[in-house]
Amino acid sequence: MSPETSGHLFNYRRIWRSVVLLTGGVALVPLIVITIVDYKVTQQSIESEILMRTTRIVSNTRRAISFFLSERRSALEFIAQDNSFESLNDPKRLLSILENLQKSFGGGFVDIGVIDSSGNQRNYVGPYELEGRNYLDQEWYSEAVDHGVHISDVFLGYRQVPHMVIAVKRVMPDGSFCILRAAIGITPFEELLSNLELEGMGDAFIINYEGILQTPSRYHGKVLDKLSLEIPSYSNKSEVFEVKDSDGQDAVIGYRFIDKTPFILMIVKSKQELMRSWFGTRLELIAFLIISVTVILTVILGTATFMVKKIKIADKRRVMTLHEIEYANKLASIGRLAASVAHEINNPLAIINEKAGLIKDLFIYKKEYSQNPKLNKVVDDILRSIKRAGTITRRLLTFARNLQAEIQPIILNDVIEEVLNFLRNEAEVRDINIDVDISEDIPMFESDRGKLQQIFLNIINNAFAALSDGGSLKIEAMLTGDGAVSIEFTDNGCGISQENLMHIFEPFFSTRRSEGGTGLGLSITYNLVREIGGRIVVTSEPSKGTRFTITLPIRNSENEGEADESIIGG
Amino acid sequence: MRVLLVDDEEEFVSTLAERLSMRGIEAVWTTTSLEAIERAESEIFDLAVLDVKMPKIGGFALKDKLQDKQPDMKFIFLTGYGSEQDFKSISAMLGADYYLVKPVDIEALIDKMKKIL
Repeated sequence: MSPETSGHLFNYRRIWRSVVLLTGGVALVPLIVITIVDYKVTQQSIESEILMRTTRIVSNTRRAISFFLSERRSALEFIAQDNSFESLNDPKRLLSILENLQKSFGGGFVDIGVIDSSGNQRNYVGPYELEGRNYLDQEWYSEAVDHGVHISDVFLGYRQVPHMVIAVKRVMPDGSFCILRAAIGITPFEELLSNLELEGMGDAFIINYEGILQTPSRYHGKVLDKLSLEIPSYSNKSEVFEVKDSDGQDAVIGYRFIDKTPFILMIVKSKQELMRSWFGTRLELIAFLIISVTVILTVILGTATFMVKKIKIADKRRVMTLHEIEYANKLASIGRLAASVAHEINNPLAIINEKAGLIKDLFIYKKEYSQNPKLNKVVDDILRSIKRAGTITRRLLTFARNLQAEIQPIILNDVIEEVLNFLRNEAEVRDINIDVDISEDIPMFESDRGKLQQIFLNIINNAFAALSDGGSLKIEAMLTGDGAVSIEFTDNGCGISQENLMHIFEPFFSTRRSEGGTGLGLSITYNLVREIGGRIVVTSEPSKGTRFTITLPIRNSENEGEADESIIGG
Repeated sequence: MRVLLVDDEEEFVSTLAERLSMRGIEAVWTTTSLEAIERAESEIFDLAVLDVKMPKIGGFALKDKLQDKQPDMKFIFLTGYGSEQDFKSISAMLGADYYLVKPVDIEALIDKMKKIL
């Protein structure tokens, strides 16, 4: 509907927008807030769970490594104290000790040797040819001499195989000393670390304080390579932190300094891998949000559109009804006024009639006047005028009375003539030719006389407005095949454009608004026709003319209300 | 034929009476219903022509009163309101013999009178 035709009704677009925004806001804001909170909480709980799990693995692994080393160190300390210098220097005894150690502790012990205070290896049992080697300049040797016991970093040594050394100092009663040294292979650590069940592409390895790998790493290098990740700062408990690795990927690192050793246990995991389960949850949350928002918006939009449309229709109907009532009241007022005027005029007219009639009688009965043709003509003219005036007042009264009429037998010709009587004067002044052709076989039928009068009056008035002076209007009525009567009003006026034709029966649509058209005449006509069970169709061609066709049922009491509207462009 | 004419418009009723007299019909006129009732007590009328709308006692009420006194009296109503067609149905109901709308054609009135009597 154009703004012109709906301008005085409510702004439904604004109502619709307000309803959508308000209900949408109330429904969506809490949903979005809750989803965001849930998103954050879930993400944080998964992250903290990952960190906690990493810390736990670090602690457990540290405990195992620590136990492994301290067990072996204690065994060596015991052996050093329990054996005399001589028995330690006895190759058979040393072999027996090594075999016992290997038997009791499983893997780990590769060889064992006794080094004197000059750094020379005095006794040695093991797979390498190391007897007689001097270790005076080796760091582990001086550490053991200084501190009594020492666990070394992993190094290659003379054997050129990665290993570590546990060295224990034995002080003799005479003050001299010797060092009992055992080489531990890294295989037990490798096995321990590789047996860990690590999620998220986990990598467990040991480094020393300089960041040199003490065990091979799955992703960060071989034994004795320099670790590319940063070396964590000292802490006496298990710690977890996040970094970006050399590929720029987020990594979670758990670490623990192993007491009394030069080792740091490191467990490195890919955060992306760890958060994989979160990504699934995140996708579900986002999908939930999108689906919820879509459903809510669809329901809100649908409901708002439906409701506002209903309100619009109801409002239009209300306004139409108000205008119809107003229109009917106006017509009734005009009717009452016409009746009252006609009545008031009728009385003096009756007196004039009698007086003039008396004069005429006197002319007839008194011979001296009857011979005066001029006087006779004057009196006849007066009487004729009185008769004419009487006819007019009678028509007015009939019309006014019929406006209030309800269902009654109708002679179509009479109703059309009654209406035309009102318009003939305008037709004469404007030289409009009215041609009425009512088929004689149309029977008397039941209808609402008042409504029919209004319908015909509106349509003929409409035709007059479209006609220029000298135009013509043809009114034809005939029976249709299906027991109805069809009345056609065809004018050769300015016609109606195709676009306007689409809206012609809409309330408040007017092409003559500037001339005071309300845009209600034809919509009221349309409703009146529908009320008496008829149909109205309009065809038109601009600058050629318009034809309104009204089809009325001969008996309308059974099929009232089955009206429809069809518009055919001409 | 004696006719009683009752209408509150004296100019109308007196002139109508005079014109009827000219045509040989004895017409008595009054301008009030009360006077008409009085006349009906002392005189016999064949027919009454009554205006519908009159002060105090209207045409229809007057008809009942006159009929009480003279049951054989016939009635024609005159009115300035509506058309003959409008009153077709109710005139029979009210017991009126004819309904005529002002201004009245005297020949038509006499014609109706003759038909009744």
